[in-house]
Amino acid sequence: MPDSGIGASVTRKEDKRFLTGRGRYTDDLNRPGQAIAYFLRSPVAHAVIKSIDTSAAEAAPGVVAVFTGKDMETDGVGSLPCGWVVKDKHGEPHKAPPHFPLVRDKVRYVGDHVAMVIAETLAQAKDAAELIEVDYDEQPPVIDAAGAMQGALLHDEAPSNLCYDWELGDEAAVDDALSKAAHVVKLDIVNNRLIPNAIEPRAAIAEFSPAHDSYELFSTSQNPHLLKLILCAFVLGIPETKLRVIAPDVGGGFGSKIYCYAEETACLWASKRLNGRPIKWTAERSESFLADAHGRDHLSSITLGVDADNKFTALKVLTTANLGAYLSNFATCIPTYLYATLLAGQYITPVIYCNVKAVFTSTAPVDAYRGAGRPEATYVVERIVEVAARQLGVDPAELRRKNFIQPDQFPYQTPVALTYDVGDYEPALDQALKMIDYSGFPQRRAESEARGKLRGIGFSAYIEACGIAPSAVVGALGAGVGLWESAQVRMKATGSVMVMTGSHAHGQGHETTFSQVVSDYLGIPYEHVEIVHGDTGQVPMAMGTYGSRSLAVGGSAIIKACDKIIEKGRKIAAHMLEADVGDVEFKDGNYTVSGTDRSKSIGEVAFAAYVPHDYPEGVEPGLDETAFYDPLNFTYPAGVHIAEVEIDPDTGVTTIVDWVAVDDFGKVINPMIVEGQVHGGIAQGVGQALLENCAYDENGQLMTGSYMDYTMPRADNLPSFKVDMTESPCTHNPLGVKGCGEAGAIAAPAALMNAITDALGQEIDMPASTEKVWRVCQSRRMAAE
Amino acid sequence: MYNFDYHRPASLAEAASALQGSDEAKLLAGGQTLLATMKQRLASPSDLIDLSGIGELKGISVEGDTLVIGAMTTHAEVAKSDVVKGFCAALAKLAGGIGDPQVRHRGTIGGSIANADPAADYPAALLGLGATVVTNKREIPADSYFIGLFETALEDGEIVTQVRFPKPQRAGYAKFANPASRYAIVGVFVSQGPSGVRVAVTGAGPSAFRVSEMEQALAGNFSPDAIAGISVPSDSLNSDIHASADYRAHLVNVMARRAVESAS
Amino acid sequence: MPSVTMKVNGKEVTAEVEPRTLLVEFLRQNLALTGTHVGCDTSQCGACVVLVDGNSVKSCTMLAMQADGDEVTTIEGLANGDLHPVQAAFKEHHGLQCGFCTPGMVMSAVDLLSKNAKPSESEIRHWLEGNFCRCTGYHNIVKAIQSAAERMSA
Repeated sequence: MPDSGIGASVTRKEDKRFLTGRGRYTDDLNRPGQAIAYFLRSPVAHAVIKSIDTSAAEAAPGVVAVFTGKDMETDGVGSLPCGWVVKDKHGEPHKAPPHFPLVRDKVRYVGDHVAMVIAETLAQAKDAAELIEVDYDEQPPVIDAAGAMQGALLHDEAPSNLCYDWELGDEAAVDDALSKAAHVVKLDIVNNRLIPNAIEPRAAIAEFSPAHDSYELFSTSQNPHLLKLILCAFVLGIPETKLRVIAPDVGGGFGSKIYCYAEETACLWASKRLNGRPIKWTAERSESFLADAHGRDHLSSITLGVDADNKFTALKVLTTANLGAYLSNFATCIPTYLYATLLAGQYITPVIYCNVKAVFTSTAPVDAYRGAGRPEATYVVERIVEVAARQLGVDPAELRRKNFIQPDQFPYQTPVALTYDVGDYEPALDQALKMIDYSGFPQRRAESEARGKLRGIGFSAYIEACGIAPSAVVGALGAGVGLWESAQVRMKATGSVMVMTGSHAHGQGHETTFSQVVSDYLGIPYEHVEIVHGDTGQVPMAMGTYGSRSLAVGGSAIIKACDKIIEKGRKIAAHMLEADVGDVEFKDGNYTVSGTDRSKSIGEVAFAAYVPHDYPEGVEPGLDETAFYDPLNFTYPAGVHIAEVEIDPDTGVTTIVDWVAVDDFGKVINPMIVEGQVHGGIAQGVGQALLENCAYDENGQLMTGSYMDYTMPRADNLPSFKVDMTESPCTHNPLGVKGCGEAGAIAAPAALMNAITDALGQEIDMPASTEKVWRVCQSRRMAAE
Repeated sequence: MYNFDYHRPASLAEAASALQGSDEAKLLAGGQTLLATMKQRLASPSDLIDLSGIGELKGISVEGDTLVIGAMTTHAEVAKSDVVKGFCAALAKLAGGIGDPQVRHRGTIGGSIANADPAADYPAALLGLGATVVTNKREIPADSYFIGLFETALEDGEIVTQVRFPKPQRAGYAKFANPASRYAIVGVFVSQGPSGVRVAVTGAGPSAFRVSEMEQALAGNFSPDAIAGISVPSDSLNSDIHASADYRAHLVNVMARRAVESAS
Repeated sequence: MPSVTMKVNGKEVTAEVEPRTLLVEFLRQNLALTGTHVGCDTSQCGACVVLVDGNSVKSCTMLAMQADGDEVTTIEGLANGDLHPVQAAFKEHHGLQCGFCTPGMVMSAVDLLSKNAKPSESEIRHWLEGNFCRCTGYHNIVKAIQSAAERMSA
């Protein structure tokens, strides 16, 4: 096992600054002369704004300015765009109502941005905000996704509050197969709305320089380049050369920090309005609850056909997806291309049909949250398969095994557009069964019963599509951008190396993992590799971090750039060694003339490249290469999670007594980091299944607007996890990696709900709150009496 | 948070006169609820009178058969106190389950009962042990202290100085915590002591209350089985996204049985 | 404005503050000790945990004035040298990812081990009730604290 290269559990480079309080997060930064922004948010879910009077606020102590949507309109500020055009089942593009950073005439959810107050201090800005008088003409709110199409109209551009009615697959073929199936299994499920809750709230500091006519924005972004692109091209009309976006240390993202939000947009615009005064805004947690993009929120009806031999014949899924009040940047693609395309799961199901109706409601916008579409798909597939096993009276593990795509069937073309390049699902299942001692479960269940407790076990054999994504594929499906990644590898004259990567890290440990990769490839000590990310002023145009793509796409770009370094270095080394380029081999950081002991280290070659006193003809000085990598396919991490629970029927409390996860992420660079990603993902999935739930009341007020009511998973809700891995390397990227960041969140909800419903003997929806579980236990008890 | 004037009196008399000096003054004990409320701009006192400098409000002692806890004694101090554990282990356990460790290091018994949050733990202990609330003006039996939702018998200008607990023969506390806030959805304190059996419930209603039917049943037979069939009516109980009134009513019974079972 | 004096990380500091200044604001803004973070506004997440007179508290729910005369230790003042054993254990066991909850988590763990030198896994998990982490699933945080306990009591 190498001590710092690929495959080693190297402790992280990042840790020292975080552990000693020397991390630099956006709110830790201050600019001379800065003023503080505070947003007056709508207290009502749906209303026409008849008037806004800001005069008293403007006159309040310390107030610098008060802005409304009218001011932005005057300046021609554009709408926050949705970057993925989904065509409905008639080929028409989705309805795209405008989403202005500050509302112009109507508010559409509690938390919508009514006015921006800028003052010397936050307290003064809040004091002044209380003096703004808004006359709201309240309209009926639209809360329930199921009834949204019959509700009050939220946008004139979207009749029936319908964003699109989309489908994938051949409905007639699926209906035909279902009509011929030996068994038809049905289930209706709710995929509950979640609030991401990265522990660092969003923040921004915007500064316009009148002298340079340019802007600088510090932001808690997962992908500063995309933020810059959106701000420049769509919202503010700034030349891309005039805006630098820096995302310094960022305290978790989970998707919620991908997007271009109203607040940083308004700060940037306001800084110019105020002639270059730096404007700082930091969200309070209650604002994060109201206005960070939420996740999930699907209602689905599922029908699975099974033949007499217990093989799946067809799957039909009808889904209503709640997109919230406005379209966040990628809202449209989550319940379509990142969802329905995964409905084959790990199984051979000959025909699949999915219909998705995406609706607007007067709730916060919904977009990608850890897993984004794939947890919803896994939840559909793994719940219906479990229910099928129950109804057929077969072992759920064996029903899965029977329907797995077999290793010799790869590449496997699913009926829902994707082609899985590689996979081997049985070893993960076998290993997981062994780790949880599946054969001992009946005895454990009996022991629980003897103590008056209910015990259950549940499976989730998930698959995901990561490494997002081949640009040509996503372009054909409506994506507004390419989804490649860039890297620049800069050898320094004295032998150390800087790597500029577009993959931003906000917990994933890229500085460590990427250093391991580069150290391995270039044969340079790990300590001599410096990773730079999160600064559009230093990193070439990039696409950022989401969809478990950093290593598979960003890492591949780094490899490509390293290859260019090696090739150029070979020419320089050949000259230094007075050999033919073709005779020079590169290995472990040294260029060696084949069959001799004559060699030059890459450090010596780098020095020669920058001090080219004796240098090959026709070769440019310097050793600094940029590469762009566009993936050839998605990657397909897959695995099996098994949860075991015990339920106290007196209270409805579910205790997770055991959890095993066996994942296939392809090659693993740093097992310690990968396991950490799995743990965190499981915790979020457990949160969804057991604890977390975003709830609005009938008036559109957020009932779970703080940690007093939104249940975050805590240490005492969770067990220690048993994690293991199998390995079938990705076939189409140089590292053979697949991605690991979302797996836990994708796998966990189904595993846990399958365990809970196994214990209860009845299907219930997420979250399995204590009261919901208790009610089932009560009804069972009454039925038994 | 709105601005205010801050005072840190060194004596109870000074505190009382500062409190009388302003209509909008509030006492600051541990601040774990008040400061959070002020941060959300839901309270705007003109003056905060910090009681932490008053030595006579702190400390735990036993006077004969009575446990005396100073109003400014923190939950952590009560939880770890050998005196409290020896006197009534259930009370120490209750204090050790309030909020989280950091809240317990600041929050105080006096602050908790003056605020009288319907889901706070201490009201169950005070009612369940038949404690007496001592103020700078008088003594108030727990039974007439908790009046309603965030409402106590305290009058303007009155400062809680200590709480006096009679020694129970045995006592137990069981809590079903709100999964998010960790306040009590239902907490039940039971004791058998000089005034007989007491069963007090917090979290379930607008204010802590006693369940006389359970008390009578336990007086005859202090065992979980004695109250297995006794339910509280759900019509006056709280209902929210975490627990309906029905569920709370059921949990009162479960927690009461568990409290009896754990009583020592 | 009233004046407040306290010892922060061993150094006495005095400043005039508005009474409404929270301890965390005083640390972050007046003293530029930005290692102490703010992650919520309801006193739950624990990103702001510091030690006041040896006890962990939430510095977002305490006025700077209330710390008058107290000794405050923040994450910046924890190590007596390179890394405190708890910090070292968090690094060794990957007990942190994004790092935002980490200072509060470490300070809370330090307090736990000062009061309970050999906590069980269950005791650790219950103690962390007031510290949220969204990245790690707590698995490695628990491991790190167990390991630090062993190291510190060895």
